[in-house]
Amino acid sequence: MACQAENNIPINEESAFRENRAIEWIRIERYWTDSEDFAESSPQYLPMTCQHCGNAPCEPVCPVYATYHTPDGLNAQIYNRCIGTRYCGNNCPWNVRYFNYHDPKFEDTFTNHLNPDVTVRSRGIMEKCSMCVQRIRRGVREARYDGRELQDGDIMPACAQTCPTNAIIFGDLNNPDSQVSQMVASDRNYELFGELGTAPGLTYLAKVDVDAEEHSEEEEHAAVPQSPVIWMTVNG
Amino acid sequence: MQERVIMSDQEINNELLRSVFEHPLRFWVGAGVLGIFAAMWLISLSWLIYWGVGVTGLNRPVYWGFLITNFVFWVGISHAGTMISSILRLTQAEWRRPVVRAAEVMTVFSLGTAALFPLIHTGRPWRAVYWVFPYDFMRDVFPNVRSPLIWDPSAIFTYLTGSALFVYTALIPDLAVIRDRSTGLRRTIYGALALGWTGNTRQWKLQGIAGVLISALILPVFVSVHSIVSWDFAVSIVPIWHATVFAPYFVVGAVHSGVSAVLTLMAGMRWFFKWEKFIRPEHFDAVGRLLIVIATVWLYFFFLDFVFAIAAEETRELAVMERRVFEWPYWFLLVEIIILGYLIPVGMWLKRSVRRNIKLMFWSSLLVNVAMWSERYWLIVPGIERKYELKFSWSFYNPQLVELGLVVGSFGIVVFLLLMFSKLFPPIVLWEEKEGQRFAANVKIGQAVVPAIVKEE
Repeated sequence: MACQAENNIPINEESAFRENRAIEWIRIERYWTDSEDFAESSPQYLPMTCQHCGNAPCEPVCPVYATYHTPDGLNAQIYNRCIGTRYCGNNCPWNVRYFNYHDPKFEDTFTNHLNPDVTVRSRGIMEKCSMCVQRIRRGVREARYDGRELQDGDIMPACAQTCPTNAIIFGDLNNPDSQVSQMVASDRNYELFGELGTAPGLTYLAKVDVDAEEHSEEEEHAAVPQSPVIWMTVNG
Repeated sequence: MQERVIMSDQEINNELLRSVFEHPLRFWVGAGVLGIFAAMWLISLSWLIYWGVGVTGLNRPVYWGFLITNFVFWVGISHAGTMISSILRLTQAEWRRPVVRAAEVMTVFSLGTAALFPLIHTGRPWRAVYWVFPYDFMRDVFPNVRSPLIWDPSAIFTYLTGSALFVYTALIPDLAVIRDRSTGLRRTIYGALALGWTGNTRQWKLQGIAGVLISALILPVFVSVHSIVSWDFAVSIVPIWHATVFAPYFVVGAVHSGVSAVLTLMAGMRWFFKWEKFIRPEHFDAVGRLLIVIATVWLYFFFLDFVFAIAAEETRELAVMERRVFEWPYWFLLVEIIILGYLIPVGMWLKRSVRRNIKLMFWSSLLVNVAMWSERYWLIVPGIERKYELKFSWSFYNPQLVELGLVVGSFGIVVFLLLMFSKLFPPIVLWEEKEGQRFAANVKIGQAVVPAIVKEE
C-alpha cells in the first residue's frame, strides 16, 4: 500500500490479477515448503521488487534508452521516452517490470491523493520500482542545504518506512558504518539469480541490492526477522 | 525441357501483359475477397491502436505473442525472393525465369508487412518514429545501438530498399513495353517510370551489370536480416531463446518457408492468370527438389536446438524444453511442425510425379507454411511463459480475437498487394522469358547443333 500510494500506482482491479497484468512495484511472492502433508508445509515469503542490477539485462535491450543506469546505481525508467516494446520485461528474470496495458484508473477523489513528485504513467509504457527516487533526491538535496554529509537513515523508501518488522533496510553501502553494510557482510547474504552475473548485490560494482537474507531464512527456518537489505550508494 | 513451348516475342508480350491490360471477372472477385481480408486487418489495427495493447492476450511476463510470431513469419517469407532470384541468377539456373519477379515482389510486400508488426505491437506506436528512424533533430536523443531492436529496423530497411531496387531494375525494360503499348496518361506515367528505356545495347549491358551487382550485394543482407531477427531472441537471457544456433537456424527456416511460399504463389499465378505455358511442371519439379534439401537442413537445425538444450545441461533450458515437448499445447505443435513441416511434404516431394503435379505441390507447400508459423510460435512463447524458476509470476498466453484478425488479415494484405502489383506490372519478367527462348533456340551449323546465343561472361 505504501508503495502504491507513494508512487501513484493505478488501482488494480480483480480482472488485472486474473489476467496477470496487475502492477505492483513490490510484490510478496508466496511459496510453500516441500511437504507431503499440507498441514506441515509452511509459507515462505519473498518480497520481490526491481533488483536494480549493476549489469541489468533490461537496459541494453531497450531501443530508445528508456531504461538506463543512473550514476548512483539506480536502474531508472524514463517514462516519456518509453514506447512500449516490452523487450525489457521479457529480458527480466525477476519479472519485475510492469506494462501499462490500460490507462491508469484513480476513482473519484483518489486523484487528489496522488503524489505530486511522481509522474502518473499513461497507457502503453513500462514501469517498475524506482527505489523511491524522489525520496533519494530529496534526501540528498536537504543534506546539501543543511551543509552536512548524508547520514545513514536520512533516506528511506516507502516500503522500508512502513515495514513494521524492519524487514527492508535501505542505506549507503559505501559507508562501512551503515546498517546495510554490516548486514551485507553477514554470510547469510546472497543474491537472487546471482549466477546470472547481473550483479544485483554483492559485487562492488553493484550498488543496489534487495533481499539479502530471506533465502538463508528459508534454508534455516530461523526465527530471525526477515530482512531484505536494500543498500545503495549515493554520490550526491 | 521438352515441354517448352516456342513462342515469338510478340506472343510472350501479349500473354504476359494480359494481367495488366485485361480486367476479367476473376480479377474483381479476387480483389474483392482479398480486400475484405485487408479491411479486416485495418479494422483490427484500428481497434488495437485505439484501445491499446490491453485488448490483446498479452500479460506479464508474456509480453510478446502472436504479433511478434507473425513478424518473424513474414520476415521468413521475405527471404524467398532473394534466395530464388539472386542465388539462382548468379548460378544461372534456367528454371528461375518465370519465378523471379513474383518471388522478389513477394519479398518486398511481405517484408513491408513484417516491418509493420513490431511497430503496431508497441505500447505507443505513434512515438515509435524515433526508434525506427533514428534521426533526432531536436533533443539529441539517439537510440540505443546495443539493442537488437535497433539492429532490426536497420537490417529490414536495408533489405527492403535493396529488394525494391532489385525489382525496379528488372522492371525497367518491361515498363517500356507497357509504355509503348498504351496511350494517354498511362503512357506518360509508364514512360516516366521506364526512365527513357529504348532497349539499345548500352542500356541492356548496364541493366545486366546492375542485375548481377544487386544480386551479389543483396546476398549478405539476405543472410543478415534473419540472423538479426533471431538475435532479438538469442541476445536475451530467456531460457530457450538464448541459443547460439538461432541465427543459421532462423535463416534456414526462413528459406524453407519462403521457398514454399513461392511454390504456393507459382501455383496460384498459374491458375489465376492461366499461364500454363510459362509456369510449367518442370519448374515445380526444380523448386521441389531444392526444397527437399532446404527442408532437411532445416530439420537438422530444428533438432540441433534440442541437442544444445540437452547437452548444456542447463536446468532452465531443460525445464522449458520439457514443457515444449510434453505439455499441451506445445507437444501438439511439435508433432504438427514435424509432420506438416517435414514428413508429409518432403515425403511427397520425393516422388517425381508429385513434384510435377501442381495441385499437390500447392497444398503441400501450404502445409509447410502452416507448420512454420507454428514453429515460430513454439519457439517464442513457451520460453517467456515459464521464465526462470520463480513460479509465482509464471503465466500463460491466450491470444485474443484482435491478434487473430491481424494475423489472418496480414495474409490478406500481402496477397492483395501482390494482385495489385500484377494489375500494374507484369508479374513474370518479359525479357527473362524472351532471353530464355533465345537460349533454348538452337541453330544448326553444318553437322553440329549449337545454342543460338553464347552468353558473354
